[in-house]
Amino acid sequence: MSRKFTPKVVTANDLLEGDVIWLTEDDQWTRHMAEAELIVDEAHAQIRLLFAEGQLAHIVGPYLADAQAGENGPEPTHFRETFRTRGPSNYAHGKQVEA
Amino acid sequence: MYTYSDFDRAFINARNAQFRAQVERRIDGSLTEDEFRPLRLMNGLYLQLHAYMLRVAIPYGTLSSDQMRGLAFIAEKFDKGYGHFTTRQNIQYNWPKLKDVPDILDELAKVQLHAIQTSGNTIRNVTADHFAGASADELEDPRPYAELIRQWSTDHPEFQFLGRKFKIAVSGSPTDRAVTKAHDIGLRMVKNDAGDVGFEVIVGGGLGRTPMEGKVIREFLPKGDLLPYLESVVAVYNLLGRRDNKYKARIKITVHENGLDKYRELVEAEFPHRRAAFNGIDQELLDQIRPQFKSPYFTTAPKAEFEKAYAKDPVFRSFVDTNTATHRNDDYAIVTISIKKHGATPGDATAEQMRVMADLAEEFGHNELRISHEQNVVLPHVHKAHLPAIFARLQQADLATANVGLASDIIACPGMDYCALATARSIPVAQELAERFDALKLEHEVGELKIKISGCINACGHHHVGHIGILGLDRAGVENYQVTLGGDGSENFAIGERAGPGFSYAEIVPAIERVIKAYLEEREDDAETFIETYRRVGMAPFKAALYPDADKGRKHAA
Ligand code: SF4
Repeated sequence: MSRKFTPKVVTANDLLEGDVIWLTEDDQWTRHMAEAELIVDEAHAQIRLLFAEGQLAHIVGPYLADAQAGENGPEPTHFRETFRTRGPSNYAHGKQVEA
Repeated sequence: MYTYSDFDRAFINARNAQFRAQVERRIDGSLTEDEFRPLRLMNGLYLQLHAYMLRVAIPYGTLSSDQMRGLAFIAEKFDKGYGHFTTRQNIQYNWPKLKDVPDILDELAKVQLHAIQTSGNTIRNVTADHFAGASADELEDPRPYAELIRQWSTDHPEFQFLGRKFKIAVSGSPTDRAVTKAHDIGLRMVKNDAGDVGFEVIVGGGLGRTPMEGKVIREFLPKGDLLPYLESVVAVYNLLGRRDNKYKARIKITVHENGLDKYRELVEAEFPHRRAAFNGIDQELLDQIRPQFKSPYFTTAPKAEFEKAYAKDPVFRSFVDTNTATHRNDDYAIVTISIKKHGATPGDATAEQMRVMADLAEEFGHNELRISHEQNVVLPHVHKAHLPAIFARLQQADLATANVGLASDIIACPGMDYCALATARSIPVAQELAERFDALKLEHEVGELKIKISGCINACGHHHVGHIGILGLDRAGVENYQVTLGGDGSENFAIGERAGPGFSYAEIVPAIERVIKAYLEEREDDAETFIETYRRVGMAPFKAALYPDADKGRKHAA
């Protein structure tokens, strides 16, 4: 039996800035995870990833990351993805101050 | 110090112009990421967790004041005002924008630095003893040979697509400050029975997933044979090394799987051909390089002020005792500037601090700076008369922490705060440990202790050779830290032993504190260092300190 599908978001880095970005429902890239499309269906996840892979002129390294529904939108479930929404812990740099 | 020849300059400029065009083509969409990635990596440009990262080589860890100022300028203009010095004598900028990178490379070229071969399956930045040319125990300054290796390995057509990355370290001293036994090739200068100086050649060392101590493949290599011999070792690896499995591709596995004797035989069979092909050109180059590393003209000055300050001022005395090392000239000292103030990020320096260090080197240090693999900055040639003035200036710049070689002088890789490969964070663990040691006010009593932290199994933080090593892992979606004890990167090389189950982020700092307290109880006297005590008593008392409950459990069961 295959593992149960858990909700996902499509995420990548912006080509010019290197900044973390997420794919929205209306095919835009956002710098805020809460605005991302939360994908709950496995087949749809593959379609969305394929879409992202067609955008490589503007983005780098898209992949599906685990997420869950939160009050304001999708939230990370793994600490790596949490750090990606914030930036480093040793300085107030990155999204935690730029968002 | 080495200055670029016309050839070096033309080569770097041509490479930078090529890369500028490649970046333009990536941005306008004519290159795909798959096409662009190998090109950017060849020029030291990575994409990390939050941003791009540019890794700049500091060949054999040597910088002039102007070069340090160049690094400061880049930090300020193109980054967030700081740079991170690494265990491979590189500097990393954590926030460059893609379109700025060609300009950064041009700025680097102005001060004769580059980012070529700081990534990819090539021969990487050659590292050296950070006290080279200054230490009292050295046979010879190894840097002319390191520069020869840099020139030979840069853009070497045969070695641009090795099976895996390849790292070379050089030391001119019997005290190994360059971790030569943990490199693909380690070179240690030795004297033979006839009194000639040559190289002991060590191959197949490395840390990472499969840590291995390098093995001596040639006990004495005449200096004149260096390049043909190195080329033979790398050529054999290039053909024999595995390319089917990334984790078995380093030379340490090649040597391990084929056996040192067979590897040596193949190298010796290759060597005469290579030597004949060199035709003396390497020696001509070396003759041009050597005068550029000639010893500075040492000055004389009255030392009375220094001696008075040393006798009277305990803070200055502590700095001198902890942060200076014996220079080959009695009137001089080697000053290590700790960029690891308690709570700071190991290896980070602000642009302003870089400038202060550059100025000090210019005024008092014959214009030379070094970056150590322990992520500190060294002024290799300082007359003792100038130590009080230097100390005062360092204090103003928040750079006077007297902790070199002590518990808070921690090596830490960027870990999951920056690195895309990380499985856990390392920087905040180092910060919290250092702050804890500062609060305990114990580290001077504890004495020499090397703590090294990596954020994943790749071991950039050298945890295997830390007296106390910490490896950050991801255990079921939670950060978990494994402790190894008894590692040693010096001439008494040893790979640390795993103590037992890992600790959570919240548990790791108290766990290390228990290890240190156990050492204080176990040591015979103040003079016995942590590593000496560990060698004498073994793992048991430290294990008991790390896992007090496990011990209780056993007693209950009995
Ligand atoms: S040890 Fe791992 S986490 Fe640390 S810098 Fe190296 S690859 Fe990144």
